[in-house]
Amino acid sequence: MNIVVCMKQVPDTTEVKIDPVTGTLIREGIPSIINPDDKGGLEAALALKDELGAKVTVLSMGPPQADLALREALAMGADEAVLLSDRAFGGADTWATSTTIAAALRKLGFDLIVCGRQAIDGDTAQVGPQIAEHLGLPHVSYVSELEATEGAVTVKRVFEDGYQRIKVKLPCLLTALKDMNKPRYMSVAGIFDAYKREVKVWGLADIEVDQDNIGLKGSPTRVKKSFTKGVKSAGKVYEVDAKEGARIIVEALKEKYVI
Amino acid sequence: MNISDYKGVMVFAEQRRGTVQKIAYELLGVGRRIADTLEEPLLALLVGHGLPDSAAAELIAQGADTVVVVDDPALEVYMTEPYAKAMTAAIERYKPGIVFTGATTIGRDLAPRVSARVRTGLTADCTGLEIEDGTRNLLMTRPAFGGNIMATIVCPEHRPQMSTVRPGVMRRLERDDSRKGSVEKLAVKIEAKDKNVEILEVVVEKAAKKNIEEANVLISGGRGLGNLDNFNKLQGVADELGGLVSASRAVVDAGWVGQDRQVGQTGKTVRPDVYFACGISGMIQHVAGMEDSDFIVAINKNSAAPIFEYADVGIVADINKVVPALVEELKAAKAAR
Amino acid sequence: MDFLIDKEHALLQTMLRDFAEAEVKPLAKEVDESERFPTETVAKMARFGMLGMPFPKELGGAGGDNLGYIMAVEAMSKVCGTTGVILSAHTSLCAAPIYEFGTPEQKAKYLPPLARGEKLGAFGLTEPNAGTDAAGQQTTAELKGDHYLLNGSKLFITNAGYADVYIIFAMTDKSKGTKGISAFIVEKEMPGFSIGKKEEKMGIRGSSTCELIFENVKVPVGNLLGAEGKGFGIAMKTLDGGRIGIAAQALGLAQGAIDETVAYVKERRQFGKTIGQFQNTQFQLADMQAKTDAARLLVYRAACCKDAKLPYSVEAATAKLFASETAMEVTTKAVQLHGGYGYTREYPVERMMRDAKITEIYEGTSEVQRMVISANMLK
Repeated sequence: MNIVVCMKQVPDTTEVKIDPVTGTLIREGIPSIINPDDKGGLEAALALKDELGAKVTVLSMGPPQADLALREALAMGADEAVLLSDRAFGGADTWATSTTIAAALRKLGFDLIVCGRQAIDGDTAQVGPQIAEHLGLPHVSYVSELEATEGAVTVKRVFEDGYQRIKVKLPCLLTALKDMNKPRYMSVAGIFDAYKREVKVWGLADIEVDQDNIGLKGSPTRVKKSFTKGVKSAGKVYEVDAKEGARIIVEALKEKYVI
Repeated sequence: MNISDYKGVMVFAEQRRGTVQKIAYELLGVGRRIADTLEEPLLALLVGHGLPDSAAAELIAQGADTVVVVDDPALEVYMTEPYAKAMTAAIERYKPGIVFTGATTIGRDLAPRVSARVRTGLTADCTGLEIEDGTRNLLMTRPAFGGNIMATIVCPEHRPQMSTVRPGVMRRLERDDSRKGSVEKLAVKIEAKDKNVEILEVVVEKAAKKNIEEANVLISGGRGLGNLDNFNKLQGVADELGGLVSASRAVVDAGWVGQDRQVGQTGKTVRPDVYFACGISGMIQHVAGMEDSDFIVAINKNSAAPIFEYADVGIVADINKVVPALVEELKAAKAAR
Repeated sequence: MDFLIDKEHALLQTMLRDFAEAEVKPLAKEVDESERFPTETVAKMARFGMLGMPFPKELGGAGGDNLGYIMAVEAMSKVCGTTGVILSAHTSLCAAPIYEFGTPEQKAKYLPPLARGEKLGAFGLTEPNAGTDAAGQQTTAELKGDHYLLNGSKLFITNAGYADVYIIFAMTDKSKGTKGISAFIVEKEMPGFSIGKKEEKMGIRGSSTCELIFENVKVPVGNLLGAEGKGFGIAMKTLDGGRIGIAAQALGLAQGAIDETVAYVKERRQFGKTIGQFQNTQFQLADMQAKTDAARLLVYRAACCKDAKLPYSVEAATAKLFASETAMEVTTKAVQLHGGYGYTREYPVERMMRDAKITEIYEGTSEVQRMVISANMLK
């Protein structure tokens, strides 16, 4: 089975802080990581490889620095890595991003495509289903369990109020939840090999795609502005012992007619 | 594409097992406001099979001018492709300028598929929706970068302007049975090949676990509690106030409680009447999920914890000492009444 | 000269940090308090190739190097001193001498299972009357045709009982003094080999430290490591490598204590401000970090010398002397900055302080390191 895992390198947004004075985002020193849902998808693919002997290719679109995320995937056990990187791809929204990645997937070939549900920097959950639409494939999102059967996969698809068990014939696309597994660590041997192996870098010339459909130009949406949220005016803070604290809380709740 | 051909606001009235979901009414709430601003109609798209007439009537009472019903046996249980086909057909037939879908596990699956099909933009998880003066474009505001920044997105040259809207953010209208509206059926041919996945099993999980998004009072615990035992003691406070216990991401990661109780950017957005932050430092990711609560009580031993910036009442003390004292005070307050 | 960490090692550090935080740190307190050998951690380290880091892939290793291995000991020790020494004793004191001094047959037989972590290794040199004066070996090995008959005992042996393969030193010719010492590869299952009393220790309490007892143990001639009479040289060279491992353990303990302290002083408030806002705290922290960084450069230098196949005996001694004394000083200061809490088991710094002490003692005391360093200066 030929599995392609689509992954994004993201800033670890849990480490992001707002400058208390200027109110702006402090971007320096924030580590870049493989997006957690994507890493769950990679682990699921590697587990299928361990079980059935699949070939796992990792595909990422991003700046040259995204190379690091692909090296990590190689050190975890992926067989091949492709980085889609070109200025022409820049500024893309999810529509243009999914168009670009779909073109790369057509060139790569696949039986199963695994994406993460969503990336922690954008949280859109759109690119996976949109890739499937561009490729005319069935997709299942919010996958928390995956097993391969003959020519198909059977997955658990999670909803807020339950789940479905779904069988999908290959080829298809799945979007994975990070909770579906615990991703393996890179192996030491894999790490010492990671930079001896090739990460293919594909630019605009390497894929067949209409230039009107990619990058900023191909994006239906635009960011009009971005801003940090204003901080709500502070209430009262009391440095008191526990008993006095409890009394203050209860008084406040009485004032709010909660009790 | 001639943008001026596209008029009106369409909301996807998500139903599960024949019950229209709360998010549908929230979408009608914001949809009504936008439609009125534009002086255009508000449509509700109701997709399913054998839905009772009362469902459409309720959508009208809660703001819809027209309810478009797509009924087919293949639409009884949510499946991506048949639903995508139904929604695409409705967009092609009614040409709405704006389409809202709930940012639920169904809406976030369906909307991207449809947006790619009709070649338009989609903005996810919107928390603010306004019409721009002059251009009459939809301004879609959403948290990004893990809730650290807000971004306003526009989709100027494609229609419809699509967005998914976070549940719990928009206010629904007062329901009004005297409101008039029409119901139209839209025939969509769902073929066998459209059922491109096989649903082997549908499991509805017991509603015994009440949803933290619905709670009026939330007692939320964080890493500062130290251990599972201390975390479990929050239930005592919740019992006294008729609330639910929720948690920060750290607590969920530690396995003290399930992810369905997680408040924050990667968990749920809540806006209860009272929110207790117990031993929660107030990282921005957590705050993003609870800052709209009406009244926030924070208890933390670190007076520099950012949570105090959001609190209406802050207590700098050891949470594990405050919890038993609070339970006692609440009992006493009840007894005195 | 290059002080920068290359891409492979940077990637490795990410993995080691994630592994240590998620797999090792949560057990550290319990392992210490209940004096429990963390077998599950050893199995996990094995799974990801951490028990054979500096050895070639053909011999079951990860194809890495000594710098990478040292980083692993540092990363584990940062959160758990016990785990650090288990890794160090296994790699430096058992697998390394087999790799460096073993015959092709010995390497083929013993190294792959050790490097893959299917088997754990240990090293036995110290005896009741032969500590720093290692030449005073009382254990004997008498050649009897196709085997040696091993008799005697060893003391303070790390990984004892849990290890499957032991490098054991014994007198093959008492008349020759140090030149009569030979090294042997001894297997746990060999009849007559038993584990004696387990030590109760101040620190690194999860590591198993026991006496080894040999009663007429038949060790095949093929298990003689190096030539007869070359054992003392093997022991000293092995300890040169081991010292880099212990220096890395000390380095990890120091950095771990600093990290805990930084988090604590940002939280703890006295006199209306965090204690991190007091200049005394700030200056103490600066001194702690500066010394620890200096120790890191010495430790990495020693590992790089070994990787470059340059002499590293003095570099290893320097690294161990400075890193272990830094660890003791830094962990003591960390406890002090934690105040009364630092003295309790609620915070990990007291454990780190207890763990740090041994790094000044084993695999050559600080005094021995001073001898090695000064002897090189005055030669």
